[in-house]
Amino acid sequence: MLIQRAPEFRWSQISPKEVYVNRRRFFAAATGGLLLSAVDVCAQKLEGVKKGFVTPGEKINPKEDSTTYNNFYEYGTGKGDPVRNAGKLKTRPWTVSVEGLCAKPKKFDIDSLMKVSALEERVYRMRCVEAWSVVVPWIGYSLSELLKAVEPAAKAKYVAFETAYDGTMLRSNQAGIEFPYREGLRMDEAMHPLTLLTFGMYGETLPNQNGAPVRMIIPWKYGFKGIKSIVKIKLVENEPPCTWKVMNGREYGFYSNVNPEVDHPRWSQANERRLGEFFKRKTLMFNGYGDQVASLYAGMDLKKFY
Amino acid sequence: MRRKWTKVAVWVACLTPALWLAYGAFTNNLGPNPIEAITRGTGDWTLRFLLTTLAITPARRLLKQPELIRFRRMLGLWAFFYASLHLMTWVWLDKFFDPAEMWADVVKRRFVTAGMAGFLCLLPLAITSTKGWIRRLGKSWQRLHRLSYVAAAAGVVHYWWLVKSDVRLPATYGLILLALLGLRLVKARAAASKSIGIDCRQTADKVR
Repeated sequence: MLIQRAPEFRWSQISPKEVYVNRRRFFAAATGGLLLSAVDVCAQKLEGVKKGFVTPGEKINPKEDSTTYNNFYEYGTGKGDPVRNAGKLKTRPWTVSVEGLCAKPKKFDIDSLMKVSALEERVYRMRCVEAWSVVVPWIGYSLSELLKAVEPAAKAKYVAFETAYDGTMLRSNQAGIEFPYREGLRMDEAMHPLTLLTFGMYGETLPNQNGAPVRMIIPWKYGFKGIKSIVKIKLVENEPPCTWKVMNGREYGFYSNVNPEVDHPRWSQANERRLGEFFKRKTLMFNGYGDQVASLYAGMDLKKFY
Repeated sequence: MRRKWTKVAVWVACLTPALWLAYGAFTNNLGPNPIEAITRGTGDWTLRFLLTTLAITPARRLLKQPELIRFRRMLGLWAFFYASLHLMTWVWLDKFFDPAEMWADVVKRRFVTAGMAGFLCLLPLAITSTKGWIRRLGKSWQRLHRLSYVAAAAGVVHYWWLVKSDVRLPATYGLILLALLGLRLVKARAAASKSIGIDCRQTADKVR
């Protein structure tokens, strides 16, 4: 007769050593870490990137800030939605049509578009119209390089941009804004050297939620001017319609330059909260890039042309 | 349902969202903009508690659970608790106690105006929620506490005016509120026509 009490646990219930030793990492991987690893799946390191303009006196935000908290209304209107949903967007193959009033219109495959000019890293402040801000090292080249390559006609006064729109995205009546998302710049704004056609951030290609595979960054304008996942760039004669302006022109103007003196009906634009900071800071005229860009608007009433 | 522990259980359940937010804040788990997360969280829970409180009266009738009334005051006070947290987040973490900035916000931004109006509606309700006040106010207590309808409506409008374009969430809260107020209207109508019916019969009796 075997007289023995059953052990209080089964061997199968004992955690393997690597799990209990690295318990924190295990939990992180099992929960939030999944999200981050999903982000990293598509991101590829960008090689041979020169160092470019660095906004002085700024500390770069951790990558998690700008890749898990942002707006991309096509993938949800909450700040945490894009990182959860944008993975559905297929960013290869991808074609960007550069067209309109130019001598050499062309459909670029994304890989050839990335080679139009040398990629450089630029550290810019990004100021959202919702009164928060973040500092990001973007990778791209000046949009002017691309525009020069297609040889704009003298009649071309504006540049219109359009985001991809497919079944993986919200419908217009869900997000409350018209899709496909459209944006525009005046020609001199588009040709300004700070205006960045952007392919990457933090040394890698853009994650989907940040507008892969190619987006605009215009550092002296509110973030929503930085259109994401671009499929069309068109040179035009007249001011093109912009999604937010069409939706509510009283709140979102064509220019949408960062301007602490022009109030938004929802948020005071005098201050902003830098992600990761407790106290708010003063918002700077043209987001602090006035030395470079103020001359573009000389003589214009910026309260009227907001 | 009558048991004492049910009240304790509901009380603990009502505290949980606040604890959850506090835990998230201390463990750095509220994302890159924790202050916004706290503002949104407390605002959301204020609306949820307001609507739950307003659901008690129709639920008592429809579910034939009159003793649900035991929870109504508690739920209303929790709504006030979350509204206070929401207001404090704004006063402290958004405006840093700057009276000029707060005033500018209240008069300039209609969503802040609506939110503040909602809070001011809740304040007298919280104060007069005690047994003593119920006794002192008598019939007018009930009339005063109809302000909760206004407070909830102000809360929904506050949220509606706050969102930039996607109104699906505020619309959901709004529809729930309309349903809850609609149920009251239907009942009031039914009660009115019943009493008219009685009047007619009485008149008929007299004539006869």
